[in-house]
Amino acid sequence: MSVDALKAEIEALKKENEALKAAARRDEEPKVLSPNGTIFDLPSVREWTHKESLDNDEISRFSRQLLMREIGVQGQLKLRNTTVLVVGAGGLGAPAVMYLAAAGIGRLGIVDYDPVEASNLQRQIVHDETRVGMMKAESAKATVNRLSSFCDCIAYNTLIESSNAMDIIRPWDIVVDATDNVATRYLLNDACVLAGKPLVSGSALRMDGQLTVYNHAGGPCYRCIFPAPPPPETVTNCSDGGVLGVVPGIIGCLQALEVIKIASGLGTSFSQKMLLFDATSGAFRTIKLRGQSPTCAICGKNPTITDLIDYVQFCGAAPTDKTPAQTLLPDDERSTCREYSSVRMGAWPHLLLDVRETVQFNICSLPNSLNVPLKDLERRLTDVEQAARQAAALESSAIAIAKDALPIYVVCRRGNDSQVAVQLLRQHGFLQAKDIAGGLERWASEIDPDFPTY
Amino acid sequence: MGLTIHLQFSGGMELLFNNEKEKTVTLPDTFTPALATLKDLLPWMRDNLLSERAELFMQGDTVRPGILVLINDADWELEGELEYVLKDDDTIVFISTLHGG
Ligand SMILES: [Zn+2]
Repeated sequence: MSVDALKAEIEALKKENEALKAAARRDEEPKVLSPNGTIFDLPSVREWTHKESLDNDEISRFSRQLLMREIGVQGQLKLRNTTVLVVGAGGLGAPAVMYLAAAGIGRLGIVDYDPVEASNLQRQIVHDETRVGMMKAESAKATVNRLSSFCDCIAYNTLIESSNAMDIIRPWDIVVDATDNVATRYLLNDACVLAGKPLVSGSALRMDGQLTVYNHAGGPCYRCIFPAPPPPETVTNCSDGGVLGVVPGIIGCLQALEVIKIASGLGTSFSQKMLLFDATSGAFRTIKLRGQSPTCAICGKNPTITDLIDYVQFCGAAPTDKTPAQTLLPDDERSTCREYSSVRMGAWPHLLLDVRETVQFNICSLPNSLNVPLKDLERRLTDVEQAARQAAALESSAIAIAKDALPIYVVCRRGNDSQVAVQLLRQHGFLQAKDIAGGLERWASEIDPDFPTY
Repeated sequence: MGLTIHLQFSGGMELLFNNEKEKTVTLPDTFTPALATLKDLLPWMRDNLLSERAELFMQGDTVRPGILVLINDADWELEGELEYVLKDDDTIVFISTLHGG
């Protein structure tokens, strides 16, 4: 070798060494845990070096799988050499990351933007009470690190969106959709089609779960099955509809199982199929879906989507499972929590109408309120009128009060449904109806810190 | 005797239909055997069975986006969707897709 060639090689090695040191420093940098979800830089993901054989530690650690004909040494080696990205460290992602790490998946990425909240712990078992306030991706990584030193875990404390999704997904072999909203589901689907990755998708609500593998082995993508997103008002999220914790847990376990089957070479059972889990009856049912669509906007013959689009606009909903605050009423048809508080303090005669679902009303309510769920309001207007008359009559028994003068305050959880209710009441002649802006959540934060939130 | 159809609801669709997951209905004589299609069944369900707002179930003359329909266990796309001709004893499943996690 010539002196020049040796010098050039030394230079190249120096550069590589510096790059590796810089990457190592980034890994060591203490992470600031932000409860309000500050955007972090994407972690640098170095190339995953494949192994040719298992070492002794791996043999004893994964012996129960090595003994299985379906996995064996070759399958276990494939798990070790596979990288899996789990998007969402919530109810689905929690068991998924734990089983994937435990099974010997070599490298595991976890994407989440939210901090751990106490109300998550009923189902998101990768976190615990000591982690409340910590970023979910960091918390899940900490659990994985404690569970297994055989898994290289990388946390993305980042909201995955059109601008970064391709960069996030590109280094990974298999993607798990463990998200909680429609916009991110379309985003992940499109990014996986563009990047050529299988998408193991799960979802859950209340007592129901669903599972499908998209964009794999010639099967359909999410858009082939659902070309148009559901109207936002028809989408129920877990923070409104509720979810029994073990239900996403079961679906998340099945997602881990399908990832392991794909990675080890066994193959998935859910391409072009959807598993429906009905926890109420304990029934699992698998349905056959239509095949890959030649006219699909992203995976069809002449795709109209060749780059990621604006998914918030496409779905008409933000990438979150929280319901956003709406403003439907003019200010003079609303009352603030403070104003309503003085109405209560002054004992002004009025009816407080609570339009939440009865299951929510049963959790907590303000004293002396009448519960009529919004969907029943129109056919129970006479009940409302009667109760309002009774409440008003406490002060002015002798005087008949006109319907359009009955004082009615309407409350709900966050101040959205209460506005719809006031609109309906005013259409029916209750012209003094007002809602309480911000609902009981704001009541708890501004007026009564002892009032429960859920 | 009118056509007998077995309806099933899953994934929360049952909340739109009196919280019943299964219902067997006998269609009125206006449903002519060998002619009546799914396109006729959907508005009949909306007018006779639906317990919630119509837009949670239908958009135009079809189901709203986000609802999967199965005819005798097969994706309705494979069966002609709205043009599918109803047969006695058919099972039709409506599945609301879930997005939570
Ligand atoms: Zn497609």
